[in-house]
Amino acid sequence: MLPEKFESWFQSRRWHVRPHQLDLLEKAKLGKSALLIAPTGAGKTLAGFLPSLIELSSDCDRETAPPRGVHTLYISPLKALATDIKRNLEVPISEMKLPIRMETRTGDTPAHKRQRQKRQPPDILLTTPEQISLLLADKTSASLFRDLKTIVLDELHELVTSKRGDLLALGLARLRTIAPDLRCIGLSATVAEPDDLRAFLMPQGLDAETPNLADLVLAKTGVTPNISILETQQRLPWAGHSAHYALGEIYQEIRDHQTTLVFVNTRSQAEVLFQELWRINEDTLPIALHHGSLDVGQRRRVEEAMARGELKAVVCTSSLDLGIDWGDIDLVINVGAPKGASRLAQRIGRANHRMDEPSKAILVPANRFEVLECQAALAASTAGEQDTPPLRHGGLDVLAQHIMGMACAEPFDADELYAEVKTCHTFRTLTRELFDQALNFVATGGYALKVYDRFARLRQTKEGKYRVSHPKIAQGYRLNVGTIVADAMLKVRLVKPQSARRNKPLGRGGRMLGEVEEWFIDQLTHGDTFIFGGEVLRFEGLNENEAYVSRATSSDPMIPSYQGGKFPLSTYLAERVRTMLSHPDDWHKLPDQVAEWLELQKLKSKLPNKDRLLVETFPRNNKSYMVCYPFEGRLAHQTLGMLLTRRLDRAGLHPLGFVASDYALALWSLKDMGSAIETGRLDLNQLFDADMLGDDLDAWLSESSLMKRTFRTCAVIAGLIERRFPGQEKTGRQVTISSDLIYDVLRSHEPDHLLLKATWADAATGLLDISRLSAFLTRIQGRIDPILLQRVSPLAVPVLLEIGREPIYGETNEALLASAADDLALEAME
Amino acid sequence: MITARALNTKRMTVPVCHDLAIGNEIVGMHDSGALWWPDQSALIISDLHMEKGSSFARRGVMLPPYDTGETLERLAALVEVFRPRRIIALGDSFHDADGADRLPRSYRAMLSMIQLGREWVWISGNHDPVIPQSVGGDRCDELTMGTLTFRHEPTEGPITGEVCGHLHPVAKVRRLGRSIRRPCFATNGNRLIMPSFGALTGGLNVMDEAWKPVFEGKRFSVFMLGSGRLFPFTASKLIAD
Repeated sequence: MLPEKFESWFQSRRWHVRPHQLDLLEKAKLGKSALLIAPTGAGKTLAGFLPSLIELSSDCDRETAPPRGVHTLYISPLKALATDIKRNLEVPISEMKLPIRMETRTGDTPAHKRQRQKRQPPDILLTTPEQISLLLADKTSASLFRDLKTIVLDELHELVTSKRGDLLALGLARLRTIAPDLRCIGLSATVAEPDDLRAFLMPQGLDAETPNLADLVLAKTGVTPNISILETQQRLPWAGHSAHYALGEIYQEIRDHQTTLVFVNTRSQAEVLFQELWRINEDTLPIALHHGSLDVGQRRRVEEAMARGELKAVVCTSSLDLGIDWGDIDLVINVGAPKGASRLAQRIGRANHRMDEPSKAILVPANRFEVLECQAALAASTAGEQDTPPLRHGGLDVLAQHIMGMACAEPFDADELYAEVKTCHTFRTLTRELFDQALNFVATGGYALKVYDRFARLRQTKEGKYRVSHPKIAQGYRLNVGTIVADAMLKVRLVKPQSARRNKPLGRGGRMLGEVEEWFIDQLTHGDTFIFGGEVLRFEGLNENEAYVSRATSSDPMIPSYQGGKFPLSTYLAERVRTMLSHPDDWHKLPDQVAEWLELQKLKSKLPNKDRLLVETFPRNNKSYMVCYPFEGRLAHQTLGMLLTRRLDRAGLHPLGFVASDYALALWSLKDMGSAIETGRLDLNQLFDADMLGDDLDAWLSESSLMKRTFRTCAVIAGLIERRFPGQEKTGRQVTISSDLIYDVLRSHEPDHLLLKATWADAATGLLDISRLSAFLTRIQGRIDPILLQRVSPLAVPVLLEIGREPIYGETNEALLASAADDLALEAME
Repeated sequence: MITARALNTKRMTVPVCHDLAIGNEIVGMHDSGALWWPDQSALIISDLHMEKGSSFARRGVMLPPYDTGETLERLAALVEVFRPRRIIALGDSFHDADGADRLPRSYRAMLSMIQLGREWVWISGNHDPVIPQSVGGDRCDELTMGTLTFRHEPTEGPITGEVCGHLHPVAKVRRLGRSIRRPCFATNGNRLIMPSFGALTGGLNVMDEAWKPVFEGKRFSVFMLGSGRLFPFTASKLIAD
């Protein structure tokens, strides 16, 4: 099967060709696209490249042939991965003396090298989705890619679930137009719906019902991982996310293993855990910290030290969910709830990147609900079940960006481009009307009031093709390409502490510690302390786009920075948790403390039924509380809380606020909600009726800051407002403001605008999770179990404890301002 | 059609103003950001920045073209309520020098409906130094009435009875861990800086350096715009961006 040169190379390394590697080779010979699903460590990358290496090596005329385009494209979500793969592939290429030129192209590639790559394309180009878009928007794209034979898409499961996947899909469609014979090889971890990915790799026809699927190649699964839930000797907390109780036990595990990755869900959790571990680190074990807002240089140093095997443990966030292989990790500890079965599987896969040894992982639940969640994840893992999110519907904002890119490359015909876009699986249901709306948007903003025609960014040629009206437009496109729109970030710089009197200007900045979200800094005033980069820092003030901080003398940060889990509980795990709760026979699997807690709930109140909604009411501190248990994740609960508050207010119950966790929602009011339910004044079926997603939602959305944030992202991607660049952060702060104003104006004057459609689609699945809320409301309709209690129930304790830790919603800005202004009046009268 | 809509929406019944003594006059700050001077039956609005959307569109940034419409609708609703004898536009009424020429016909019609039967004064601003005759009204660089002087940019140093715009004041307060940022009137009793009235205009925090020459230290107050009322704060209670 293998050419002799390759056969002997494999032998020289004492390797055997794996069946899935041969399978992929076979598919390549037949010219077929394929999806390879394989666990980490199965030689996935080599499998993907083997067909290309063989084809290129047998091509003996290359030296004399005229220059030609790229033969194989490798696309990965991380540029670090592209660089790493290049290093790995250099081994077989140099050892077999293959006549192959291979280069990377990322944001870091110098301009002269990029230019050369266009003139003399390498045989294999390793790059990222954004670079593909940039290359395709270039006049040279047709000649660069006309000889393209193979595209290898790495970590495809990760790519397809975001807007980057939408952009990539559109890019693939264009590449297929340029090189109709090309094949795609997708490399993926196990997913819930492999067919989605198989369809993603293929051009789709007009029949949307039966998509064209790439062939599927399954590698032998690795050894079942060895996962356990930490059996603690300590008391399990009711609430919280720090897992402080288990600190000693985590430290012990780190000491007992070679190298440990400790995953947590948020940056601030990572900060806290890292600091706590060092506090008890009597052996001064080399333990490091890694998360997305640390300085890039610092992150690279941690990664390099890890690769050299110099670290005992790294406390990290999802920043290390993906990435290059480190062979020597023998333990993964996941602190807090896993939130999703597949996410957990991926993290566990970071340990022991060798197929023949089981990965070892320990789950450390931070509170009692998380024990249930960990148990559910464990069961899912044993059953080999997956809960990766479903494939997206292609975003209209991304489509707009792509249309502009295509116009930058060369004048296009609208009918042809529409047909090409429709071949993407994720855009297969796109109507011509929407496409035209996107095209109009790109050309003139797409407003019903057609006054911008003379400023059009796209104009039609005599032949009716669309071209950019000015070279500056293309320049602007190149600067704004991509779908990742970061939160506004501020740099954190260390300075000397300021004296109490702040007449002096802030001292010159010292060392840069990293970046922090602007909204976080917004809530601080001079003197507040918080944790960042593993240190307790004191906020000194803002200077342009930098937050000045000094080292704090105290070790207790004043501002709790935990902002909840980044990922909401997956629907799949939620269902498993609900099932577990309603089956007391299975509770023996749970720790005694947790089983007792649930027994107590059964005694004092009721257990939430799997298919119904339990609603408890009870008085506490002169207020009336209502706690319900949807188990639909924090985001959906927040939206529900906002909408219920509006309804309770209309019912005259004077709601004061609410707090949401991943499992439950608690609201409180001045008037007695319990008696209102009992007397029939408050009908729970009406309160929870799905029609709240109509007018109430609409009214709330007009003022929702989450919606405005979502809009800003869409507006940047679609090219309505410009992305920010380093050094321009100050204007960036103004951009945030004006995008809110644009949102208001658009909502009142053109509610059907393309960008509002895109924003709505995002909000439904993203920050507001409306799609999930909608499914929930339908599911529980007519299935609500109210219970009137005299005091808080055992199950309600955790969510009530979140009050004070989590943001509390309810009071409007107007009410807050009024009370702030009243304070002032009081002060004046003193 | 747009004019009809302007008259039907956002109707206010009773004009509620927050009284303020400045110069030797009593003026009323309205929650819309407009200033009402009953003695002169004058309505003052500042920084309309009409045609800001199309100004950006000229440069390829396709902001919604509805900002002028929105601004004029708000103004029309105010005029309905106050029925002023004269209206003073305190500068930067158009976002750029060509803004008035770009004004779509329907908006021009709205504007002349508002101007009908009353005096209209355009005070020039840095964005619109020259306003063409086509949009009606009188023009001047500054206007003195009674003890008040209206001009676009505040003059440097202490002065009494000055009403200006230009700076788009916004203020920010913090309460229960949440910060709220709103346009506001800013005054020290001698000088009043009005918020921008235009629909697509951002703002500059009154704690910003740029405010140093306008008010001495923190000896000024702001009145943040709410719905149906204003929220007063002394500068010492405000936070920077």
